[in-house]
Amino acid sequence: MKALVWQGVNRVGIETVPDPQILQPTDAIVKVTSTAICGSDLHLLDGYVPSMVHGDILGHEFMGEVVEVGSEVKKIQVGDRVIVPFPISCGHCWYCQQGLTSLCDNSNPNFKLAETMWGYSPAGIYGYSHITGGYAGGQAQYARTVFADANLFKVPDHLSDDQLLFLTDIFPTGHMAAENCNIHPGDTVAVFGCGPVGQFTIRSAFLLGAEQVIAIDRFPERLDLARQAGAVTLNYEKEDVFEKLKMLTGGRGPDSVVDAVGMEAHGTGLMGVADAVKQTTRVLETERPHALRAAIMACRKGGTVSVPGVYGGLGDKIPLGSLMNKALTLHTGQTHVHRYLDRLLKHIQDGDIDPSVIITHRMPLDEAPQAYKIFKHKHENCIKCVLDPWADHSTHTQDAEKPETVEQ
Amino acid sequence: MTALKPNTQRISIKNASPAERIVVGGLGAGLILLGLQRTGRVRAFLSSAGAIMVSSAAMGKSPYNTLAKIRRTESNDIKVDKAVTIGLPVEQLYAFWRKFENLPRFMSHLESVKEETQTRSHWVAKAPAGTHVSWDADIVEDAPGERIAWRSVEGSIVPNEGYVEFRAAPQGRGTEVRVSLIYHPPAGTLGAGVARLFGEEPAQQVEHDLRRLKRLLEVGLEPTTEGQSSGRKGLLSEGLAKLFDNGRTS
Ligand SMILES: [Zn+2]
Ligand SMILES: [Zn+2]
Repeated sequence: MKALVWQGVNRVGIETVPDPQILQPTDAIVKVTSTAICGSDLHLLDGYVPSMVHGDILGHEFMGEVVEVGSEVKKIQVGDRVIVPFPISCGHCWYCQQGLTSLCDNSNPNFKLAETMWGYSPAGIYGYSHITGGYAGGQAQYARTVFADANLFKVPDHLSDDQLLFLTDIFPTGHMAAENCNIHPGDTVAVFGCGPVGQFTIRSAFLLGAEQVIAIDRFPERLDLARQAGAVTLNYEKEDVFEKLKMLTGGRGPDSVVDAVGMEAHGTGLMGVADAVKQTTRVLETERPHALRAAIMACRKGGTVSVPGVYGGLGDKIPLGSLMNKALTLHTGQTHVHRYLDRLLKHIQDGDIDPSVIITHRMPLDEAPQAYKIFKHKHENCIKCVLDPWADHSTHTQDAEKPETVEQ
Repeated sequence: MTALKPNTQRISIKNASPAERIVVGGLGAGLILLGLQRTGRVRAFLSSAGAIMVSSAAMGKSPYNTLAKIRRTESNDIKVDKAVTIGLPVEQLYAFWRKFENLPRFMSHLESVKEETQTRSHWVAKAPAGTHVSWDADIVEDAPGERIAWRSVEGSIVPNEGYVEFRAAPQGRGTEVRVSLIYHPPAGTLGAGVARLFGEEPAQQVEHDLRRLKRLLEVGLEPTTEGQSSGRKGLLSEGLAKLFDNGRTS
């Protein structure tokens, strides 16, 4: 089959790899009909998340049709149309039973690696480095999915892939970010970052009763999309965000602030020698915790800072004094996708939200390397790119010769 | 001296043996040198890995030992304490463990355990190069639903003893399982160091074993990516992936 393969820092390419197989009786094979590139794929592309290896298949946002199931799979059947949540639930551990599926105790085969980095291991994730399990991802024609009964979520036929695909990650992620804001009637929510997750955070904040949502970014097309959802927008390159936020909230500051930017992860710091090492290497250099710093500073006293943005390593110069003295609540985590699926599917069915509005690019999987480049550099006003693994390459491009690998 | 008494030996602060410090320090320096010959990310990765190893060696702390939480007693015995919470009732866990024949199902280094009498059992463990080590052990304490303790009989090749304790976890989370092992490495400190390189190192092993037990009992199987499709071609990337994926010690 064809798959998008990580070939080194800033290098991805389409390669022909073996078709996935059932390896355990609880597995299912999904023929991928749609898959998307996520902002966190860019952290993997950049090599800022350690433990990527040449040959890893990327992609954690994918859906399709079940074509094969293992002997112990009961609820899911061949022919089912499913979406695949990006964090893997075992379905049995205490966390999974509490609905905290991104914290599953049992789904990360490489738990030791994660414990070394983070103290304890969260759930395994598809196509997301070896720290979270090294599972092959879904930017491919087929994908092996694990613990199928606990994870694969059947979706109705009358909704399109475009409407359903983002249930795998960014819609629930934006929704959980808004939920983590603990919104009360009349609240103002400020959202730093109007990428795909920020867009769903804005929409979810309104669904959850926010009176005012203020969206902050610098790309006009992203700010436009935020305005379409009803947000007041601020361009941080042109305006003093802190002052504007005060003006828009009667001088109080937003009741909650979302960091939907994240940062290029800070790398591999371990064991308290990180400080010394950091000075001599690029790996541990501080990158961009700007959004988090700004979010903490801007939040009103006693408010909530919600962080769906992906952080991987160590942060530097986080304003802890502000966090403590203003009595802020910090709420974060990878998304417990599973527990949002029923209610978010209903929102889609009821027409409360149309997730497909964020799609700016549709490309065949063959052109995924090019798509990564466009998405990374935000060329062509790119917000979200959906890939079709089965589109015929020749019918979708005029280029006679396209290199297999595109330097990112 | 075969009397191994847990909890009475003082724990040495520097947990890296001298030989190990030299090996780790040398490896680290080598990595930095290697890193300097490369460019870009590879250079940064190699040199930072090297820097961590060198600083660890300088501090007399083995990164591996620190990570694996090994405590080396002053008489060079190795003591391992690990705990895990498993979502099953105490009685079930006690019963599973008390049937020593079950132990090889999650203790990767064990080939078999055979219960010969109520208290005496025969243990066969895998050793390097396909060989085996075996010994007899006696149950020295058995408090149903609470604690089982055992000790190898005098004259064993690998003198060892251990106990396991069970306690109901709060809020219906199942059972807290605490395991404590003391063992005397066959060929002294260096023997343990070499064994560790081959993944036969006890602290990591016990931790993996307990995780395997948890996954076996909670889910029925251990998740794996072994055999999945990838675009790996060269031995280098195969090796690197294995290094990351080597969640198992066997
Ligand atoms: Zn994503
Ligand atoms: Zn679980």
